[in-house]
Amino acid sequence: MSSTQAPERPPQPDASPAGAPTSPARARSERLVPRLLVAVALAYVIVLLLGPLGGIIYYALNSGLAVIGQTFSQPDVQHAFYLSFLIMLITVIVNTVFGVMVALVLARDRFPGKHLASALVDLPLAVSPVIVGLMAVLLFGRGGWFEPFFAARGIQVIFALPSMVLVTIFISIPFVIREVVPVLQELGLEEEQAAWTLGASKTQTFFRVTLPNIRWGLLYGIALSAARAIGEVGAVLIVSGAIEGKTETATLLILRFFDQFQQQQGYIVALTLAAFSIVLLIGIEIFKRKRTREAG
Amino acid sequence: MADAAIQTRRPGGRARLRPGTAARRWPLRGAALLYLGLFILLPVAAIIQRGYGSGLGNLTSALSSIGAWSAIKLTLILAVLTAIINGCFGTLLAYVLVRIKFPGRSLLSTVVDLPFAIPTLVAGVMLAALYGPGSVVGGWLERHGVHIVDAQPGILLALLFVTLPLVVRSVQPVLLELDPAEEEAARVLGAGQWTTFRKVVFPALRPAITAGSLQALARALGEFGAVVLVAGNIPNKTLTAPVLISQLINPTSYGSTATSGPDEAAAVSALLFGLAFVIVLATEKVSSRGSGWLKA
Amino acid sequence: MAGAINVQGLTKSFGEFRAVDDVTFEARAGEITALLGPSGSGKSTVLRMIAGLEQPDAGSIWVGDEEHTGKTPQERRLGFVFQHYALFRHMNVRQNVEFGLKVRKTPRPDARARVDELLDLVGLGAFGGRYPDQLSGGQRQRVALARALAPRPEVLLLDEPFGALDAHVRQELRRWLDGLHRELGVTSLLVTHDQEEALELASAVVVMRRGRVEQAAAPVDIYNRPATPFVAGFVGASNVIRGTVENGGLSFGGPAVAAEDVADGTDAQVYIRPHDVRLTRIQGERSFPVTVERRTNLGWVSKLQLRLTDGQMIFAELPNEELDGIEERDRVYGSLRNAKVFSVDAADLASVPGDGGPGQAVLHTSDEPEVLAAQAGQN
Repeated sequence: MSSTQAPERPPQPDASPAGAPTSPARARSERLVPRLLVAVALAYVIVLLLGPLGGIIYYALNSGLAVIGQTFSQPDVQHAFYLSFLIMLITVIVNTVFGVMVALVLARDRFPGKHLASALVDLPLAVSPVIVGLMAVLLFGRGGWFEPFFAARGIQVIFALPSMVLVTIFISIPFVIREVVPVLQELGLEEEQAAWTLGASKTQTFFRVTLPNIRWGLLYGIALSAARAIGEVGAVLIVSGAIEGKTETATLLILRFFDQFQQQQGYIVALTLAAFSIVLLIGIEIFKRKRTREAG
Repeated sequence: MADAAIQTRRPGGRARLRPGTAARRWPLRGAALLYLGLFILLPVAAIIQRGYGSGLGNLTSALSSIGAWSAIKLTLILAVLTAIINGCFGTLLAYVLVRIKFPGRSLLSTVVDLPFAIPTLVAGVMLAALYGPGSVVGGWLERHGVHIVDAQPGILLALLFVTLPLVVRSVQPVLLELDPAEEEAARVLGAGQWTTFRKVVFPALRPAITAGSLQALARALGEFGAVVLVAGNIPNKTLTAPVLISQLINPTSYGSTATSGPDEAAAVSALLFGLAFVIVLATEKVSSRGSGWLKA
Repeated sequence: MAGAINVQGLTKSFGEFRAVDDVTFEARAGEITALLGPSGSGKSTVLRMIAGLEQPDAGSIWVGDEEHTGKTPQERRLGFVFQHYALFRHMNVRQNVEFGLKVRKTPRPDARARVDELLDLVGLGAFGGRYPDQLSGGQRQRVALARALAPRPEVLLLDEPFGALDAHVRQELRRWLDGLHRELGVTSLLVTHDQEEALELASAVVVMRRGRVEQAAAPVDIYNRPATPFVAGFVGASNVIRGTVENGGLSFGGPAVAAEDVADGTDAQVYIRPHDVRLTRIQGERSFPVTVERRTNLGWVSKLQLRLTDGQMIFAELPNEELDGIEERDRVYGSLRNAKVFSVDAADLASVPGDGGPGQAVLHTSDEPEVLAAQAGQN
């Protein structure tokens, strides 16, 4: 190993690969730079993400157990959480079933306009949720395209649960599809074909072979879409009218609390949602790791 | 030389033409396309029709609302800033997570995904809690003339918060797949760390960084939940386009003085939506060179 | 239980590309038939059409007395072995083998017994609980075979089953499959590009090229009496020399070979195997002068590079005891046995790799042709 300096230097353990000419200054910087990068990255994350998380934990718990207890005993609060979970559940089920269908078609079928279809799938990620809410109002609200149809049957869409579910489905469409498609593409078709030659029908093959093979990617996508669904605020704000005790979700509840200067209660509800999301986040991380491990 | 014993003619054998099997695929394809078309194409058509169905009158009326034009400008500027800042920090984080071993690395990876799990509104609450005038940190900043909440820096922070994982997750997989041999070759030839990064790593990452930044841009343009509580929504100062749209639809919310309705909201929305769509197409183009989720 | 496979006029195109063009052959009941050809010859597509994984544009497929054309793979009750095993990665060995039985609702005790039987047959009795990613390539392929055989299929289809394995594992499994077939006697159709494999395992070989059948015959006939230049060049190593037919034969400074099927005056190619070249010190009845350019001693045989009077080169491979002290630079006489003569129009030159021409020796094998420099001292 050659050195450009007169005094012989022993090889630095974590510096450049063997054989690379190094000067002492460069070797030092090669040890420092990674640490500097890590420090900067950590600082950014703390300022942006962890700090605020700590802040809300402090403020919410600071209100004291009495306020916390009182908040959760309010019927409108209870209803808000119930509504949020209900919407999340319906959304996740619909997006899972149809998402897998769409993923199967996108991953395996050949048809013209596939790129348009995949752009459509990505669209809800780029559109502002308030615009989504507006779209629903334009379709189902007064003067909307579908309004006569539903009004004639006495079904209330806007300012009621159906529209809230619809917009939440819209904004969480991409997650399952985007996670399942790559898994399907990596897996290929051979195992399914083997199953067919062994006599399994297409349905049997789907449940016994395809589904187990995509499970981690699928669960990952489901967890992401659940998190997104329960966090939705912009679109449901527009379509629901935020009627207390009727069409007010947990997120809309937070908005109302802060609007009415009841910050303590706002923090408490916000922290509760955050706690639930962190549980989801743990699930997300686990599924993501299992999915990556299998992709090998 | 043909061996008659091998090539036999089966009596009654005849050539028959088989109809294409495409026919069998349509049920699944149809259901998938119906789902996409119904949920995505239809609402989009509604917005375009309502907003511009009667020409540009709605748009001019909307823009004449107080603070509308500056809201659009502000949103654009902040979104671009967000994309640039997180383009850098997101890449840095991805690099640190993939290439540098340090204690707590997998914890950091989990934290980076936090914005994907936390409801946007809760994120806004968190930021307002930590950096608002009432807290230790916020109070200290205010005393030194740095205003975060109810000012533009707060909006920027909120946008950075929600878009960080987009860039990281776009760049990380590409980094993982990069062959370290190329970098080792550069180092052995004498290139320092920065030169190696600049000439070997960065060009390979550029599409992924661009795609991630574009996604961040689109997201930042439409962000509502994280912004609405932090910004203060002061017209001409901290009012963003998505909040403006929500005010246009529900004139009684957030103490706005706009007196418009769904049509004006639709006009502005269609504008914003058009931007978002263009960004999605641009992202598709960039991604088609290898880092998209749908491969051909 | 064993039926014959009969395909008639099978045709399949993918867009503009005609992968299979009017293919007709029979795989006899109880025997192993090989579909042999280079990649792109359409052999895998034919196999997949027989399995029902692809649908032909035209033609019919019969197994035994039943017509299978148009049926789904599930309805055909065939066994299929994939090149990359296609084992169900989330099931263990036992569950994999059991799959076809479970799907047909075989009662549990019968299924279990059958799985035991098959695992013993393939020598993996102790591996029932293992998962595919814990097995070697050879083990995985044996599981794939057991899985395909479990539901007692009428016919076994194998798509380059050993293609993904190391050379020595390939040999081992080849021998093993031979033994297995002797025991079970299931009609088998084996797709391969390895001509040694085809000749060793099959009792009938169908050689395919560019979607068509070049020849269908017993291995010994494919080898000794190739019907077309392609088959001659593809199966076994071959020398190719060119000449013009005169007086009903070809000569290279001396009579070499008779050419009954080719008219006088036509340009022709002669295909001759290295071990079918004989050398003598004295000119015999049908022999021609050659110069020994190079002799490489390989133990009990030697490989000789011989130059003809017109500059063309051929390889001979002969046991040392027959060589009688013939050394480099000797001038001796060569005679050919079992040479095949094809007119050059029939020989589609574009597909037969590298006709060397004067000054270059070209040895055709089923892999890339070895083109050796004429100068001594190389190698």
